[in-house]
Amino acid sequence: MAKSTIAVIDYGMGNLHSVASALEHVGDNVEVLVTGDSEKILAADRVIFPGVGAIRDCMAEILRLGVDQVVAEVARTKPLLAICVGMQALMDRSEENGGVDCLGMFPGQVKFFGDQLKNEKGEKLGQKLKVPHMGWNQLHQEIEHPLWQGIDQGSRFYFVHSYYVHTDDPSLVAATTDYGVQIHAALYHDNVFAVQCHPEKSSPAGLQLLSNFLTWDGQS
Amino acid sequence: MGLAKRIIPCLDVDNGRVVKGVNFVDIRDAGDPVEVAKRYNEQGADEITFLDITATHEGRDTTVHTVENIAAEVFIPLTVGGGIRTVEDIRTMLNAGADKVGINSAAIKNPDFVKQAAERFGSQCIVVAIDAKQVSEEGEPKRWEIFTHGGRKPTGIDAVQWAIKMVANGAGEILLTSMDRDGTKNGFDLELTKAISDAVVVPVIASGGVGNLDHLVEGITKGGADAVLAASIFHFGQYSVPDAKHYMQQQGIEVRL
Repeated sequence: MAKSTIAVIDYGMGNLHSVASALEHVGDNVEVLVTGDSEKILAADRVIFPGVGAIRDCMAEILRLGVDQVVAEVARTKPLLAICVGMQALMDRSEENGGVDCLGMFPGQVKFFGDQLKNEKGEKLGQKLKVPHMGWNQLHQEIEHPLWQGIDQGSRFYFVHSYYVHTDDPSLVAATTDYGVQIHAALYHDNVFAVQCHPEKSSPAGLQLLSNFLTWDGQS
Repeated sequence: MGLAKRIIPCLDVDNGRVVKGVNFVDIRDAGDPVEVAKRYNEQGADEITFLDITATHEGRDTTVHTVENIAAEVFIPLTVGGGIRTVEDIRTMLNAGADKVGINSAAIKNPDFVKQAAERFGSQCIVVAIDAKQVSEEGEPKRWEIFTHGGRKPTGIDAVQWAIKMVANGAGEILLTSMDRDGTKNGFDLELTKAISDAVVVPVIASGGVGNLDHLVEGITKGGADAVLAASIFHFGQYSVPDAKHYMQQQGIEVRL
């Protein structure tokens, strides 16, 4: 069998080493390319769209390097997994850095946690919420999906973020997580899957997710 | 159910070898940080902190290599502290596979270093390590100051004010060590931990003084810490990480099992 290739999109934001080494660790007969070269990305069998740091800087580099067009093309043609700020970049807009327009592939916003717990009406409860949301929290799987295969309901994944995703379309939610508010921690649409947590740092459940991605045909 | 409190074993590493001693029954070469990190990962540690105490420049290359080797095999968050003085040091450690870096004395020399680091790499990977010691007398309101050089040298900086300043500068997490308690096995300085945890919005890791599992519990329930760090209780097999997690869960603390 020919090697399958996974492109991890490199647009100069942060360290992609751990994503690449986790993929190499779980993959049999896979070649992992950390690259910003659009031809190589479009030639790969599967693509990972990571992201670290502030959304303004990420979006600036995405647009400057034309990564937006590459991601849009990949989203039409092959399995795509967006991670953390990569997921946030797929939304319409983020509140971070005073408000930044994003790629708009998923309808919805990226919002700040705020520094207090709120009730369902959004009223502050006077109890402090630590931000960033950092550590191991539970993913509540909202749907059955090939990427959840072998991962127990409520498994814990490692999160580190100060802004969270909220989509306007509940039918796109693959998992939720509770942290003061309900976070849309995983979204999906056709061959695109996006997670707020870091599967590459969430051994063992996260490695299972990456392993599932390596065999996923892009169907729900 | 929600976010779990974290248990973080800490390895002190000198020239690529774990020091302070590690004694796992089934690890023949107990001084190899990669083996030790793998073992803690298998036990279900939530993160690993790697404190580099290497003094020489050549030794630092060994450290980078060790971090690379751990990151290739251990897929939980890894923090590297010790000797992080420049933006280039941070870049080197992140490229080697560290997820976060701990900044201590370089922040005291130049508080703007934390700002530069957070702007360049994001707050999520900037941990400010604070070594604090009580300076108030008996009967006075409690007060703690930052000390350097292993707790020998006072700086005159108030620990709570310093934590607030570091978070304002972009620290994403505080690693708080009580120099009064470090190595004593008498438990965390809970008042210090509570004072810092209440003062900042970012997560606080309590460190220094753990001698038993109740100490870990108190760090969370009384100190208000988001994570607890310990070395010797785990290194010598006195308790395993699962022992600690099961005990904490029995005491009503949410942990990852």
